[in-house]
Amino acid sequence: MPRLRSPLLTAAAALAVLGSLAACDGDKSKSAAMADSGDPLAQYRANPKYKAFMAGEKMSGYVFASPETQAMQDDDFENPGMLAVQDGEEEWSKVEGAAGKSCASCHQDAAKSMKGVAVSYPKFEPKRGKLANIEHRINLCRTEHMKAPELKWESKPLLGLTAYVEHQSRGLPISVKVDGPAAPFFEEGKKFYYTRRGQMDIACAQCHEQNPGMNIGVENLSQGQSNGYPTYRLKWQSFGSLHRRFEGCNQEVRAEPYPRGSDEYTNLELYVAWRGNGLKSEAPSVRR
Amino acid sequence: MTASSQSLNRRGLSRRQAVAALGLGSVVVTLVPLSAEATPESAKKMLGDLVKAAPKAGKVQIKTQEIAENGNTVPVTISVESPMTDKDYVKEIHVVSDKNPQPGVASFMLTPANGKAEVQFRMRMAETQNVIAVAVMSDGSAWTAAREVKVTIGGCGG
Amino acid sequence: MAADIKPRIRVPQTAKKDEIIEIKTLISHPMESGQRKDSQGKIIPRKIINKMTVAFNGKPVFEAKLEPSISANPYLSFFLKCSASGNLDFTWTDDDGSVYKATQAITVA
Repeated sequence: MPRLRSPLLTAAAALAVLGSLAACDGDKSKSAAMADSGDPLAQYRANPKYKAFMAGEKMSGYVFASPETQAMQDDDFENPGMLAVQDGEEEWSKVEGAAGKSCASCHQDAAKSMKGVAVSYPKFEPKRGKLANIEHRINLCRTEHMKAPELKWESKPLLGLTAYVEHQSRGLPISVKVDGPAAPFFEEGKKFYYTRRGQMDIACAQCHEQNPGMNIGVENLSQGQSNGYPTYRLKWQSFGSLHRRFEGCNQEVRAEPYPRGSDEYTNLELYVAWRGNGLKSEAPSVRR
Repeated sequence: MTASSQSLNRRGLSRRQAVAALGLGSVVVTLVPLSAEATPESAKKMLGDLVKAAPKAGKVQIKTQEIAENGNTVPVTISVESPMTDKDYVKEIHVVSDKNPQPGVASFMLTPANGKAEVQFRMRMAETQNVIAVAVMSDGSAWTAAREVKVTIGGCGG
Repeated sequence: MAADIKPRIRVPQTAKKDEIIEIKTLISHPMESGQRKDSQGKIIPRKIINKMTVAFNGKPVFEAKLEPSISANPYLSFFLKCSASGNLDFTWTDDDGSVYKATQAITVA
């Protein structure tokens, strides 16, 4: 659907909303808070269906989704994210580049060779001298071993290959390492997570660490876990990367987003993945 | 959505921040100037053009979200009471909505071979509006149902 | 573009006689509504899947006409009563005239 973003009009409208909210001054929200004993996550914890989507106090975005969206993810056929996995499966054995190789030339059957790989990413990559996520790793394989050009971030083949590789680890717990050479990048990601940014002056942590389960408008805030990514998003009506999601978050607090694939977002990706260590990969998930 | 509707400012977000985020999201949709916007009248007219008989309320069920999780992809299931035999079956199901850029959503042609008159699809909803379905039976009679879906793009759906 | 568009169908391979089975279909397609503008403010022309037809052993059994209000990557499901073994043929028609097809045999025991 077309969306118009006029800063002036939006600001004026926000003020109007502010006025109307001030008039009824939160009485309703107070009583609701008391009704569920102040813990908005209790309802999810109590639901046995969500056991598989939790690890201790960590909760996948799945538990914050509507039953209809969950149903779309539960059935691989109904999940449009599987179209991206299918794209990736075709790309996997496509020969490209001067070396005359495909992914399959070295890695053969992805179901075996890629199982458990994605859940350990991002990780320190000596060839880059910094972190690499799965997208970077795929492009590194292409330039180093296939002698093929890098795939463009968020392009159909790169999304497809990422989805295909991630999908091989579906059901396995996220298990990124943050010590050793990854440590300084992890620290950078952590700093990003707690830094207030944008015109609204909001940090990742304020929504996703301090307020998960709380409502913002009609929407409930999740813990911002990344175990379902890459994902098919209802809003996008398409498949997309975690960095595209980061970009959306940054835009909503009216901060200048970083480029997809940037060091800033890759470091943040490691930190966010670490927060979800132990949650099972759901790639490709369906999210609102 | 969730039963919980606690105030955000309890836990670190100031009201200004929460409200600003809310305003940013929720207002955008209503500001969009759309050409040829559907209205309850144009939706009715379209149905009138598609279906000759005057539809009666009943037999049609629309299952969807009361509040759309995201207006870009709203799953809708339409089912119609019918034995679906050669003599008595649902011939057509027409679906319109009354506040999208255009009223038409989809039309389904069924046959006794379907055995069960039920279809599912996913639709876009630009704002809160009614989904209206009309089923035309093999005897020419028409039946209808309507259902409101609330579309509120609130919060930081980035 | 056309090469990128992939239809998927889920049809049970076997069914009991007169069993009513659910058929699910999904096709990768942007369903460009004709309502959106590009970054230069120009309207992006409409390009949608406007029709899906289904035939069983050559005889039409189900048809869907779609409008731009249908979400991208259109998903459609419906039912079929299995009276005999045969082939189920699906055809999707694009605004640009392209036609995409899928077929599956059902064995009725």
